[in-house]
Amino acid sequence: MSVLVDERTRLCVAGITGREGTFHTLNNRTYGTDVVGGVTPGKGGQDVEGIPVFDSWEQAVAEVQPNTAMIFVPPRFAADSILEAAAAGVELVIAITEGIPAHDELRVYNTIERERAGGHSTRLIGPNCPGILSPGKANVGIIPASFFEAGNVGVVSRSGTLTYQIGNEIARAGFGCSTIVGIGGDPVPGSSFVDILELFEADEETELVVLSGEIGGSAEEEAAEYIAENMSKPVVAYIAGFTAPAGKQMGHAGAIVSGSAGTAAAKALALEAKGVRVGRTPTEAALIAVEVLGGASLAAS
Amino acid sequence: MDLLEYQGKQLFARHGLRVSQGKPVTNVQDAVTAAAEVGYPVVVKAQVLIGGRGKAGGVKLAADESELREHAANILGMDIKGHTVRTVWIEHASDIASEYYASVLLDRSAKKPLVMFSVEGGVDIEEVAEKTPEKLIRHHVDPLAGLTRADALRIASEGGADRDVVEGVADALIALYEVWMQEDATLAEINPLIVTPEREVKALDSKVSLDGNALYRHPENQSLSDSENEDPLERRAKEEGVQYVKLDGDIGILGNGAGLVMSTLDVVSQAGGAPANFLDAGGGSNAETIRQAVDLILANEAVRAVLVNIFAGITRCDEVALGLIGAFEQIKPSVPFVVRLDGTNDAEGRRLLQEAALPNVHAATTMSEAAEMVVALAAGQSVGAPA
Repeated sequence: MSVLVDERTRLCVAGITGREGTFHTLNNRTYGTDVVGGVTPGKGGQDVEGIPVFDSWEQAVAEVQPNTAMIFVPPRFAADSILEAAAAGVELVIAITEGIPAHDELRVYNTIERERAGGHSTRLIGPNCPGILSPGKANVGIIPASFFEAGNVGVVSRSGTLTYQIGNEIARAGFGCSTIVGIGGDPVPGSSFVDILELFEADEETELVVLSGEIGGSAEEEAAEYIAENMSKPVVAYIAGFTAPAGKQMGHAGAIVSGSAGTAAAKALALEAKGVRVGRTPTEAALIAVEVLGGASLAAS
Repeated sequence: MDLLEYQGKQLFARHGLRVSQGKPVTNVQDAVTAAAEVGYPVVVKAQVLIGGRGKAGGVKLAADESELREHAANILGMDIKGHTVRTVWIEHASDIASEYYASVLLDRSAKKPLVMFSVEGGVDIEEVAEKTPEKLIRHHVDPLAGLTRADALRIASEGGADRDVVEGVADALIALYEVWMQEDATLAEINPLIVTPEREVKALDSKVSLDGNALYRHPENQSLSDSENEDPLERRAKEEGVQYVKLDGDIGILGNGAGLVMSTLDVVSQAGGAPANFLDAGGGSNAETIRQAVDLILANEAVRAVLVNIFAGITRCDEVALGLIGAFEQIKPSVPFVVRLDGTNDAEGRRLLQEAALPNVHAATTMSEAAEMVVALAAGQSVGAPA
């Protein structure tokens, strides 16, 4: 098992005809992901290296039945593309696009929540995220798959490169990952740490979860509460941004300390208070994960 | 993007919120003209993006021209916690019967807009929230539906607004929500929202943050913000499209990916160093972006050593290496560099750097090792063999 993406993934990509969209879609296909189509309004009927392009999500769903959407369109069109994919019934929407206005994200999030109340069940990952990789099964997004091996560590992160750094150190120590989920660095992510922790807790293959957080918001604090109450599996954390000054946006739109809220220190404390070990560096977080895993397998043998 | 008080008030006025008549000016003579126009008594208010203006002497009441001249001359050019006052706002002074508080912000946890109202205005609202939370009304709004008049009336009345101004406060809340919604704000705050003896409800101050990602749909807001007080390097970075934040230390940082760069700052300070900047060269860094980034980092004269920390995913280490080699040829840095290349094509990148034999460039393999080396170099110590 793994979570969210695997051999059953049928991927359709909005923005497949753009330079970045084409590049990463083909990368995903080369990895083994089943790419069934693309959506670019006005380019229906064309194809990208044999992948059929449709004018709308509705058409794509009718013709090739994707269960996963990847959004690669520019920020000003991204919100509508996400909502169109959701309305067409795609179960999982992964939005890579960076720079979507926060108000658009609010509209998207609350629309999807309202639909959920009506029985619809689209899950949004991102925006401003690197995507999801289940090593050996499927890669949807821009995560460089070569750094990861298949295994039993679940990774959930607000940052891309930091995830690669941690995953790579885990791989070098001889361990692999069940799934790597980038939830993105924006203020209103479609899925939070808690949503993904819930999936990893239920996933048979995942034995340990590495959570990589950063300054801004309170998603890490909420994760700490959830872990204490609902997780039987060990969680190891890393938090970036201890030296970030208040009021300054550190690259990601969501990475900002507001007044005294959202600091890295408060997040690390909240996690540690619930028994989650927090690495001081990405390397240390990976080493703790390896230590816990090593201990677990020794105990089992 | 944070707005100055008067810029926020101008936005308020556009959406029907009552504000006092006023003018922004940058010299004493214009202040005199502005005061004559709005009518004495006037308030002279320093326009800086930092709290505590009043305590610092940046807000003064002037009854006549001679007082105005004195205050304007004192406040213009004043330094308030590192911010130089270049503009003062001259506003007709208001009589105050009550001071309330109102705000609309993006609640990231609830993923909804949050409207807050209190009759305990004119003081630090975080303190009110902490000590007397019952005096702060918090109301989440469904962003798809907006703030209804019935909700606004209930917030005003439950919050304890005087009966005769419940309608006026509700109008102000609706206008403030409109500012937040239509201007793509992440924060729109009025503290204090005053009631005058004539029972008018007015915004006496403003704190507005706009979403930089949404500026494309608000061309009229693009020139706002405190560009005069912006750090010149941060302004240049913004113009060049580079994610850069100036910090107080002496170790320049170049990395790719916001999370990794934040982490690099942390690891450097754990090693006893002080980062001079945050710089995210981005996921698809190529030779040109690297050259541009090095140039920007070295434009900060405080920088005594630079750490380049790359974990290449989409980025390729050989591209980064070529960028560094090109940057060194053009810029000829006088400070030492530590370069850690990991990820896609890292061996090739390291080989290119080694062959180029750049002066005073040191290779590191892990983040911690790189941090220790750069801290030592910044302190003037020597480290192992060059790259």
